[in-house]
Amino acid sequence: MALELKNLYDDFRDAKTIKALAKLIEEEATKLDRDINIMEVCGGHTHTIMKYGLKQLMPNNIHFIHGPGCPVCVMPKERIDHAFVLAMQEDVILCTLGDMIKVPGSRGSLQDARANGADVRFVYSPLDVLKVAIENPDKKVIFFAIGFETTTPMTAALLEHTIKKELDNIYFHINHVTVPEVMQELIDSRDEHVDSYNNQIDAFIGPSHVSVISGAKIYSKFANQYKRPVAVSGFEPVDVMEGVLMIVRQFVQNRCELEIQYKRSVTMDGNLNAQKLIDRYFEKRGLFKWRGLGNVPNSALKLKDEYSKYDTEVIYSDILPKEEIEDHKLCICGDILRGMATPNECQVFGTACKPSSPLGSCMVSSEGACSAYYKYGSLL
Amino acid sequence: MKQKTVSLASGNGGAENRDLIEKVFFKHLGNEILARGEDASIVELKADGGCNVAFTTDSFTISPIFFSGGDIGKISVCGTCNDLAMMGANPKYLTLGVIIEEGFNVRDLEKIVRSIKKELEINGAIVVAGDTKVVPKGSVDKIFINTSGIGEPLVDGISASNLSEGDLIVVSRDIARHGASIFASREGIELENTIDSDCASLFPMVEAILNAGIKPVAMRDATRGGVSAVLNEWAVASDVCIEIEEAKVPVSQEVRGICEMLGFEPMSLANEGTFLLAVKKEDATKVVEILKNFEQNKDATIIGKVTSEYKKRVVLLSDWGTKRFLELPTGELLPRIC
Ligand code: SF4
Repeated sequence: MALELKNLYDDFRDAKTIKALAKLIEEEATKLDRDINIMEVCGGHTHTIMKYGLKQLMPNNIHFIHGPGCPVCVMPKERIDHAFVLAMQEDVILCTLGDMIKVPGSRGSLQDARANGADVRFVYSPLDVLKVAIENPDKKVIFFAIGFETTTPMTAALLEHTIKKELDNIYFHINHVTVPEVMQELIDSRDEHVDSYNNQIDAFIGPSHVSVISGAKIYSKFANQYKRPVAVSGFEPVDVMEGVLMIVRQFVQNRCELEIQYKRSVTMDGNLNAQKLIDRYFEKRGLFKWRGLGNVPNSALKLKDEYSKYDTEVIYSDILPKEEIEDHKLCICGDILRGMATPNECQVFGTACKPSSPLGSCMVSSEGACSAYYKYGSLL
Repeated sequence: MKQKTVSLASGNGGAENRDLIEKVFFKHLGNEILARGEDASIVELKADGGCNVAFTTDSFTISPIFFSGGDIGKISVCGTCNDLAMMGANPKYLTLGVIIEEGFNVRDLEKIVRSIKKELEINGAIVVAGDTKVVPKGSVDKIFINTSGIGEPLVDGISASNLSEGDLIVVSRDIARHGASIFASREGIELENTIDSDCASLFPMVEAILNAGIKPVAMRDATRGGVSAVLNEWAVASDVCIEIEEAKVPVSQEVRGICEMLGFEPMSLANEGTFLLAVKKEDATKVVEILKNFEQNKDATIIGKVTSEYKKRVVLLSDWGTKRFLELPTGELLPRIC
């Protein structure tokens, strides 16, 4: 019994399998007539690639472009400032997920807010907010919701419970973003000031957990319309290696398709119940600003108008700061994310911009390209 | 320091913690002994060096105060005695300072004191001075304990700055139990098998090693900041590279499960009864053998070696031939969200 549990993790990190996949990729890659750049869209993949050193296993003509990373890194300062202001309200407990509390806005991070007396808590799951609210009936409990498609259904579930249980002290600040729209922005920006024509992205590794919810279908246009092969892959090293192999084979065989590596739980249509739950409470925002990329059309969600009494952006609209905060002038995250530059080409890389004091989104979390180069630079 | 207020990250045993210590405490209080940065300081009471003692102090604030595998009483003796043991010293006399929140349950207090007694006996140490303060509700979280201890150095020359190329790194048991156990109970994560903290006194093992005539190059218990903090400190202090074979580092399945779930690195989680040794190559097998004689150390093993490839850095080698740096943990320990 004990052994089986262990196998569950180890199968997907098995040295032999990883080495065998590396050999296959290398063999196939000799048949390529040019270099190919594969963007892993999600920070989870970047993390796997870095943690397991997969980059070192790639032949010279296969390159990774690290994508927009995680929902935490792409959160613009304006939104973090909102969280900061909300957290500093007398009667508020602000709850959020994971390392969101570390990321600095223009007034400081949520960690700083807490050091200044704010009640900021991190929860493992949005539903944990219910407990906080029930235990603190005289406080307003605000859930600062972040995440890709994967966490959105959980936020929707929290709202559903809030309504059903008639809790009147839970509020939301919604920052859910969606993956396909930002992928599109990277290869085909509609903003005339952005030069995306020279982007170097040849193929995508799509995050499997997003597709578990939304279905693999959300990526089909990248293969069909934009002619970029896509492999929807899991997060274990073996998954990522297999995803790369699938993509390389597509190039060798002159195919351009949407393929699913992560058949363990990804289907074309995804989880329809979760999608329904999302549609019940959320609608698209016109524009949402991504740190490092600027405004991206239709790339985020907000609460529908009929739920505005739960929406802190409505309730607190008087006190939430509205001024735009420019991304740092020297930051070239946008180019890095389009594969047009590498982090060490940035003037402030490693000097003014470091993981402990990030200027741009790519340095914010361990999943960003700049911070990966900073930490592992000499081993890449 | 740039920071205006102290944040929780400054107490994480990692980079921010070191920053706070260096930029505030060392700045004003620094001296030659403190600068050595060892777990316990070896001090001379007489000018002619005739009377050396190992001296250390530690404070304990832990939530929950009773956890699987120990309690705040046990840990407050282990912590200080282990710091002494890691310098090759025999823990002898402790002081005990207790700050109690008004309303604290007396039976709980007694339970804590009984654990203190039991743990003292294991170390062969006694409490020789004490202090108790009671503060109004809300001023502390239930109970805070400080212990200081002195011990008799049984060998000299054990130091974080003595590692040299060719030395081997040994870990005394499976890692990250304390951190994982506390996290699981604090967050109310239901587990099939509870994880016991590794909280334990280390002097008996150190004594056995010394009695076998072996003098370790360095020893350190991997408390806050975990194995990764110890290795990074050694690499910097000795100006060497430490290469660790990741697959050899023992981690129990339960602990690995929690780490998978929350996105933690076992190497960065705290331990309270697990230590690392840097030893001369020829001593390594013997040290592992001695450790294995202790029930809880059956997983003791050699996990890496000292080289000179990337000075001041710790490198993790994977089974499939890749490598990466093992970083000093930074920030408050938080789960990754994706
Ligand atoms: S190093 Fe910093 S400023 Fe430069 S591109 Fe990366 S994140 Fe932006």
